[in-house]
Amino acid sequence: MAEKYATRVAYGEALAEYGSKENVVVLDADLACCTMSANFRDKYPDRFFNIGIAEGNMMSIAAGIATTGKNVFASSFAMFAAGRAWEQVRNSIGYPHLNVKVVGTHSGISVGEDGATHQALEDIAIMRAIPGMLVVSPSDAIETKAAVKALMDYEGPAYLRVGRIPADIINDTPDYKFELFKGYQMREGNDITILATGLMVQESLKASDLLKEQGIHARVIDIHTIKPLDEEIILKAAKETGCIVTVEEHNIMGGLGGAVAELLSEKYPTPLVRIGMKDEFGKSGKPEELFKKFGLNADNIVTQVKKALELKK
Amino acid sequence: MDYSKEKQLSLIAEEVRINVLDAVTAAGSGHIGGSLSIADILTVLYFDEMNVDTTQPRWQERDRLVLSKGHCSPALYGVLAEKGFIPKEELKNFRNIHSMLSGHVEYHVPGVDMSTGSLGQGLSAAVGMSLAAGVDKKDYRVYAILGDGEIEEGQVWEAAMCAGFYKLDNLVAIIDNNNLQIDGTLDSVMSSYPIDKKFEAFNWNVINVDGHNVKEIKAALDLAKEKKGMPTAIIAKTVKGKGVSFMENEAGWHGKATNQEQHDEAVAEIKKRIKELEEK
Repeated sequence: MAEKYATRVAYGEALAEYGSKENVVVLDADLACCTMSANFRDKYPDRFFNIGIAEGNMMSIAAGIATTGKNVFASSFAMFAAGRAWEQVRNSIGYPHLNVKVVGTHSGISVGEDGATHQALEDIAIMRAIPGMLVVSPSDAIETKAAVKALMDYEGPAYLRVGRIPADIINDTPDYKFELFKGYQMREGNDITILATGLMVQESLKASDLLKEQGIHARVIDIHTIKPLDEEIILKAAKETGCIVTVEEHNIMGGLGGAVAELLSEKYPTPLVRIGMKDEFGKSGKPEELFKKFGLNADNIVTQVKKALELKK
Repeated sequence: MDYSKEKQLSLIAEEVRINVLDAVTAAGSGHIGGSLSIADILTVLYFDEMNVDTTQPRWQERDRLVLSKGHCSPALYGVLAEKGFIPKEELKNFRNIHSMLSGHVEYHVPGVDMSTGSLGQGLSAAVGMSLAAGVDKKDYRVYAILGDGEIEEGQVWEAAMCAGFYKLDNLVAIIDNNNLQIDGTLDSVMSSYPIDKKFEAFNWNVINVDGHNVKEIKAALDLAKEKKGMPTAIIAKTVKGKGVSFMENEAGWHGKATNQEQHDEAVAEIKKRIKELEEK
């Protein structure tokens, strides 16, 4: 697994790999070839249904299937799975607390050239706002597979957020361990803590290397489970490092940055800088160009870390 | 259907109407008109059609019902109480903060198969149950009741397309065609007519019935069972507020509660009919 690998590809592979469980049913809305749920479709055609381009209908169908004791994975682009179908997810799935995994692929700005209408930058916020909804945003293909496996054993509604573009593998280490609900510390450091999610974990690791060259030791924690938030690891980091930076491919409102701000302000007020989309829409462009334009890269993380360190003084 | 069965079902439907009035009057709010229009349909379903077990509400082999027009919870709760899924006394606590019976239909209530209330989502959920029966090779049937105003929601037609496409012959949608929605008649607000032709266009078997004639309702459900390879839509012509003369065909009784005096007048009218029916 050395080469670059999209988390959506890992999602599809994991469905096929772990989908032998009889209670797993997968739905898609005419994007099986892009969300990669096609891998499951080809292996278990009797437990796969293409609902066509009708995401709201798909989510309510998923709810109906879940009432019969099944674990339903319903995938589409994040914009439509979480956005278009929000109220169906809220009322058909969330309120009766049914066992449906809403899967949003092609999340964030890294959708790239398709542009702003397809770049979901609010999905974490709106899924997080539904009571009882788990929100999981893995950092690479290995973590995505682990998350899918864990969600197959998790009973209840959840949102899984994955991305379009091939990305680095960062968790191919012998001691890597995935636990739902737990943040995963990837770098030690006591000067500052970087809390990152999704593809921004990779950028944060690069930033921590750059910072180390300048004598700044940043702790890096992968927050793959955004809801419920691992309060213990974050409060410990706040106490030990004294300031926090959050990084996400999402609006700084309501997502990881918002969740961390809520936690810190109530339980341990700590200087905080949030990196993400600043209440703005994206645009067309190559993913790496967009990351640069909107400050979602290692260079800007380094800059913002220094600002955060100023706040600490 | 023999006469004794018809009489029995008609009597139960009248009791359900009284349950609706008791619940809404006690709550001081709730949806009476559309509840009364589906009282006969729900009665036939739960007392002569559906395979359910009050001792095991979540029995996997059971037939399922999704009341997509979830605001008509007084009717469903009224039937579930009559059937024995929930205690009848609980109806008096309808919409009360301490009660399990909230304003709209909720999944956690024994006998309820899906939370509903946000219009347009129930048929999709029923499609999901129907697909799951196929996956599990089970032969249970799935029923959904929709309002004629509700079908203005686009998701209904997404679900209709899906059910036709997957040839879900274990699925029956019943349209409560009382011709009234909150703001007035369908024709004055947003006409969903012709309803039958729309379902036909989505590859459904369509049957038109009088939604207050228990014999006709049962006959349509039997025909639906015989039809293979397509879902069935039963367009039930109904009267909003049916069975209480001062409510019939009045849009104003969509979401208005009866006061004690109106309740007593309505119940007296129903009890008079029950007496006449029993003496027949």
